Amino acid sequence: MSLIEIKNLHATVDGKAILKGIDLTINAGEVHAIMGPNGAGKSTLSYVLAGREGYEITEGSVTFDGQDLLSMEIEERAAAGLFLAFQYPVEIPGVSNTTFLKEALNAVRKTRGETPLDAMQFLKLIRAKAKDLSMTDDMIKRAVNVGFSGGEKKRNEALQMAVLQPKLAILDETDSGLDIDALKIVAEGVNKLRGPERGMLVITHYQRLLDYIVPDVVHVLANGRIVKSGGKELALELEANGYAQFGVTEAA
Amino acid sequence: MRDEQNQTAKNFVEQVVALAPALAGPRGEGLERFAKAGLPSTRVEAWKFTNLRGLDKLTLGPAPDAATVTVDAIPTALDAPGPRLVFVAGQYRADLSRVGALPEGVVLAASTGDATPVAGEGPFRALNSALSSQGAALRVAAGVKLASPVELVFIAATTGDKAALWNPRITIDIADGAEATVVEHHAGANAGTYVSNIVADVTVGVAARLHHYKLQAEGLDAWHLANISTHLARDAVYDTFVLNLGARLSRHEARQVLDGTGIAARVSGAYAISGNQVSDITTLIDHAKPHCTSREVVKGVIDGSARAVFQGKIIVRPDAQKTDGYQLNRALLLSDQAEINSKPELEIYADDVKCSHGATAGELDEDQMFYLRARGIPRDAARVLLIGAFLDEALDEIIDETVRAYFRARAEAWMGAR
Ligand SMILES: Nc1ncnc2c1ncn2[C@@H]1O[C@H](COP(=O)(O)OP(=O)(O)OP(=O)(O)O)[C@@H](O)[C@H]1O
Ligand SMILES: [Mg+2]
Repeated sequence: MSLIEIKNLHATVDGKAILKGIDLTINAGEVHAIMGPNGAGKSTLSYVLAGREGYEITEGSVTFDGQDLLSMEIEERAAAGLFLAFQYPVEIPGVSNTTFLKEALNAVRKTRGETPLDAMQFLKLIRAKAKDLSMTDDMIKRAVNVGFSGGEKKRNEALQMAVLQPKLAILDETDSGLDIDALKIVAEGVNKLRGPERGMLVITHYQRLLDYIVPDVVHVLANGRIVKSGGKELALELEANGYAQFGVTEAA
Repeated sequence: MRDEQNQTAKNFVEQVVALAPALAGPRGEGLERFAKAGLPSTRVEAWKFTNLRGLDKLTLGPAPDAATVTVDAIPTALDAPGPRLVFVAGQYRADLSRVGALPEGVVLAASTGDATPVAGEGPFRALNSALSSQGAALRVAAGVKLASPVELVFIAATTGDKAALWNPRITIDIADGAEATVVEHHAGANAGTYVSNIVADVTVGVAARLHHYKLQAEGLDAWHLANISTHLARDAVYDTFVLNLGARLSRHEARQVLDGTGIAARVSGAYAISGNQVSDITTLIDHAKPHCTSREVVKGVIDGSARAVFQGKIIVRPDAQKTDGYQLNRALLLSDQAEINSKPELEIYADDVKCSHGATAGELDEDQMFYLRARGIPRDAARVLLIGAFLDEALDEIIDETVRAYFRARAEAWMGAR
């Protein structure tokens, strides 16, 4: 069954066309990767799916788990099981990671008709998840992403994903900024989440991540369109030949 | 000859004068001063941003007899009962107060009747001088440390459709080496229209410590005018905080003189207002002697067409070398009509000082809102988180943890009611 079905999606920002007809279907249980040159529209696609304001959808539709995704509020999408690991995680001074995660988890649980976790249950859960990602207690207590190194921020994204257990995780360059060990740890975290009911969309510039999170399908997104799709060997080919074959030059 | 253009609300002034029976002595002098000075218009620099014209629309009448007022809840910031004085519609209510067994050297009493004129300038001090009948006095003798915070509770009540006016006076005197915590509550939910004109005179002796907190939660038709004058002696520690949540218009005007070396003063505040409310926090920190520090963090949230005023003046006198002054003023605007008028003023006459100030006004950060909501946190809850984090930076200035938690909860209740 298809988890998400994106059809002919067009989006503009400030009148400028960025997404120019995206077609992409991810079935439950599948991992898809998107690669593509800088400025191709990869993050834009992920933001549009998450519901960020400032984009105008000029054409197309997105069905997520049987629902019309584009008509849902941001938080409804999250509660329905869509998760975006940000390319640039946002710093929130004054709000601790613990408070943030607890509010998020309990809000999502509420929408799912589950009882909220009490402070003890929650702490137990978050400690276990943080340990899996080799995150310290200190990082959990600190304000959300404030003063975190680039790699720590990415790990924090992985922690949120592990806590929220989404149906569809979109990872926007979660590998960038991670050192080699952290990359393995985060990839393991992602792989743990893989399952027959879940799907993943992994945006990356590097084949390396795909050694750990092996995709079922690889897409090339260039100039607002998916210009080629293939198996995991496509990533290797791109690594060798670049994007010139899709009419993209370095300077683009 | 009165300068008409510099005055406003003349009808109000005349009503007050008419209301007062023939006053003699210091009261009469106060009334005369008040009548002569009138109320400042916005042409007067110190009142540039706060317009008192609305006072003219009030029809003044007598305050209800406090004894006849039923009080169902007395606000408290404390977990355990402590000493408190309760005033209803400006009048002392012994039955609701609790003085208990205080340590030797501590006097906590309601002052009644006696007309001691208050010193200091300004029409509202003169008015208080003329009409103040009741108030609270706390005196802590040298070296005595009062463990339990003292609460001064002012609960509003009105009758009929006329506006009431009361003039409480607060006197706090912490002698050398003594220590105390005072929490003022000004509560008036659903109390109708009234004017509370408070004068507080505070002295903190050599190496004494005073934690002085105030929660202004007057009714939304109320006028809250407070004038606080604090004198600090050598090595004193003064930690004061005001939280403005209520009143149609509130003016918290606090002047502190750092009149000795080694004083540490924290003069901070927060506000959360909406509708047509006006919150004015006007402070003067007067560094008269060397080697003192002052810290001032004032932050607030403004919704609807509400308006906040912050005027923060720091004077460093020629003698006050090695002064360390810090001032921060931030406003969070939640709507397009919300407004802040911020006027930081540094007057520095000494050359070896460290003084910094900053003022900002902004909206909720869209990226932060998106991030929180993208994790499933509904819009309103996300706003509460961000507003709370914003106010915390000011609330964290409150040294007393219990009071801080209570003020935080009151601010949170405001956010939840949005
Ligand atoms: N507010 C905006 N106004 C104009 N152009 C914008 C705006 N936001 C994004 N763009 C443009 O949209 C294009 C796509 O950006 P996007 O961030 O989606 O690229 P990307 O594929 O994620 O690139 P990268 O690999 O560098 O992360 C870029 O050319 C970018 O400059
Ligand atoms: Mg990107």
